[in-house]
Amino acid sequence: MNQKDIKLFTPFTVVLLVIMVVGGLAAIYRVFFGLGVSTNLNDTWPWGLWITFDVLGGVALAAGGFVIGGAVYILNWKKYEPIVRPAILNAFFGYALAATSITLDIGVPWRIWHPLVMWQVNSIMFIVAIHVVLYTTTLATESSPLIFEKLKMRKAFHFVEGIMPGIALFGVLLSLLHQSSLGAVFLIAPEKVSPLWYSSKLPYMFLVSAVMLALSMVSFETILSSRVFKHKPPMDILLGMARGSLIVGGLYLILKVWDLITGPGIGRAVNGSLTSNMYLLEMILGIILPLILLSMKNVRTQLNGIFTVNILVIMGTVLNRLNVGIISMAEYNGRMGYDYFPSLMEFLVTMAMVAFAILGFKISVKYLNVLRLEH
Amino acid sequence: MSMNRRDFLKTAAAGSGALLASTVTPAFASMPKELPPQAVGILYDATLCIGCKSCVVNCKTYNSVSGGALYLKDRTVSYDVNPAEPYWDAANELSSKTLNVIKVNKTGTAVNKDSVENGYSFIKQHCLHCISPACASVCPVGALSKSPVTGVVTYDKDKCFGCRYCMIACPFNIPRYEYERAIPQVRKCQLCHHRFEEGKYSACCEFCPTGASIFGKVLDLRKEAQKRLTLKTGDDYDFPVQTVDSKEKSRRTVSKYINHVYGLKEAGGTQYLLLAGVPFEMLGFNKNISEDVLPDLTWAYIAKIPAVIAAVLIGGTATWAITRKRNKDREG
Repeated sequence: MNQKDIKLFTPFTVVLLVIMVVGGLAAIYRVFFGLGVSTNLNDTWPWGLWITFDVLGGVALAAGGFVIGGAVYILNWKKYEPIVRPAILNAFFGYALAATSITLDIGVPWRIWHPLVMWQVNSIMFIVAIHVVLYTTTLATESSPLIFEKLKMRKAFHFVEGIMPGIALFGVLLSLLHQSSLGAVFLIAPEKVSPLWYSSKLPYMFLVSAVMLALSMVSFETILSSRVFKHKPPMDILLGMARGSLIVGGLYLILKVWDLITGPGIGRAVNGSLTSNMYLLEMILGIILPLILLSMKNVRTQLNGIFTVNILVIMGTVLNRLNVGIISMAEYNGRMGYDYFPSLMEFLVTMAMVAFAILGFKISVKYLNVLRLEH
Repeated sequence: MSMNRRDFLKTAAAGSGALLASTVTPAFASMPKELPPQAVGILYDATLCIGCKSCVVNCKTYNSVSGGALYLKDRTVSYDVNPAEPYWDAANELSSKTLNVIKVNKTGTAVNKDSVENGYSFIKQHCLHCISPACASVCPVGALSKSPVTGVVTYDKDKCFGCRYCMIACPFNIPRYEYERAIPQVRKCQLCHHRFEEGKYSACCEFCPTGASIFGKVLDLRKEAQKRLTLKTGDDYDFPVQTVDSKEKSRRTVSKYINHVYGLKEAGGTQYLLLAGVPFEMLGFNKNISEDVLPDLTWAYIAKIPAVIAAVLIGGTATWAITRKRNKDREG
């Protein structure tokens, strides 16, 4: 199967387009009429679905760009070259969406540029803002050879390909800082964030879990696209990433368990409250179960086994971001008397973001040589 | 902390010089940890409060004028009226329209004032003007800042882009947001700093009839608060009214205090100090409040960034060179 056989107007595409139109209308409504009528955010819950899922989750899901980019261009692991383009393009969409979501979430969207000129270096949010801008630019540069190739701009293509290791290194640097700083955002609120998640090591945990998620996400996409395009999946690449997941996941588990024992204690995690149940769900779904499966050789070397692990890790890590951003503060905020559950419009906008990423990726695959289907 | 702010700024400025256009004016305001000697604040004594809410009403009136913390062009006074009872305005919670609120805590039959058993106590809630304010430290655009002279934590609506990180960071849940407005602002008590130039002070203190809220220099307020804790229950004492150094006194019998000046140590210390007859956790204050300087928690992370930048750039380049050579050797 090659690019010409990719059908753009399938029923699935129509569904994506409808979601995008509806979500887009909700976003316009939010810009003109404010957060109050479009979201369920309130004085006790200033951050909701958009910040936790779209921004914290979206950025974590986009970590594949720097992990695979770093492996191919810095570590010179050329084995992974076939997946570097989709990984970076996927990261670009992830960051573009996170940036769009932040813009919609802040109270005055047209002032989104303020942090860039009003530096306040004590603020993690300032650091996050600078990183989003720099890294989205970096990812665009990393993806630009796709366009140059299409337009047959040989000089530009070779120039960017030539300086790619430098760009990739810059991308790795920004990502290390950015992934961890999203965890550092919550360091300021020790009495609000439940001790099940609050830790001085939160930045490291965000980083390590993002690397684990990156491997699963890229692996997931590789398997998915090999199914869609009826290609033989590159088993050596998938197996390499599965082994990587096992190592990084092991490190993450040690960090989490060490923090639980030295912090709130195991009792806090099994007291049956909503908070502790969500913690257990995240740990079992996202770390413990995947590690058990990965440690079994007959699972790790088998396509269905890897695919199952990938889905578990993606769900578990996104759940972790939702937990840190929302559930971790539920006990504290519950005492203040307000609840939060995302409004319909919040869901619609988030769904539109995801739909945009999927469709954008599909269009790129059809018109640009993302998957190197044609040589 | 291996690196201080000055070193960090030097490194950061050197590394990002190219990014800084000439029009850029970075707000490199470092977070203070010491109380400015001339800092002003409020002392609230719950045992003197009679719950008349004069402070709540006058806070709204005097902050709804131009320069005030509740000012809006199209609004005379920021009433927070309950639609079910449109005839009176009695907020029971802080909001973007109410920056100062009197609450009451009751136990049992609620007959004894300032008593834990079958008692009740009033409490006045508003911004505590932390010595090292978490809200100002997390603000990415420097919209919230602490005056180096008065120590008042003020808000610049033209800088704020509405990320609401201040609301997450504030350990006392003070900042409120105007979700209902298309161009919203963060609203919080700014200690009536717009009245200082006219020689006036916080409206809540000026209009408090009993001296429950008094305005003054924080150092004087601390002395006054500590003195009250040494008074004997049942004795008479001349409580100053309106300001700590006021000539006007109100002679009253001293009630029993719990031995705690709230705001001396909480969140690294605040410029709003409180005294009460019942424990503060009964009055809605968080029992687990940290005594750490909160901005230090994030600074510990930020201070490492320049070292990480250097390590990754050097280490990454070295790794790239080594692995490339190894690949070439293998091929060759």
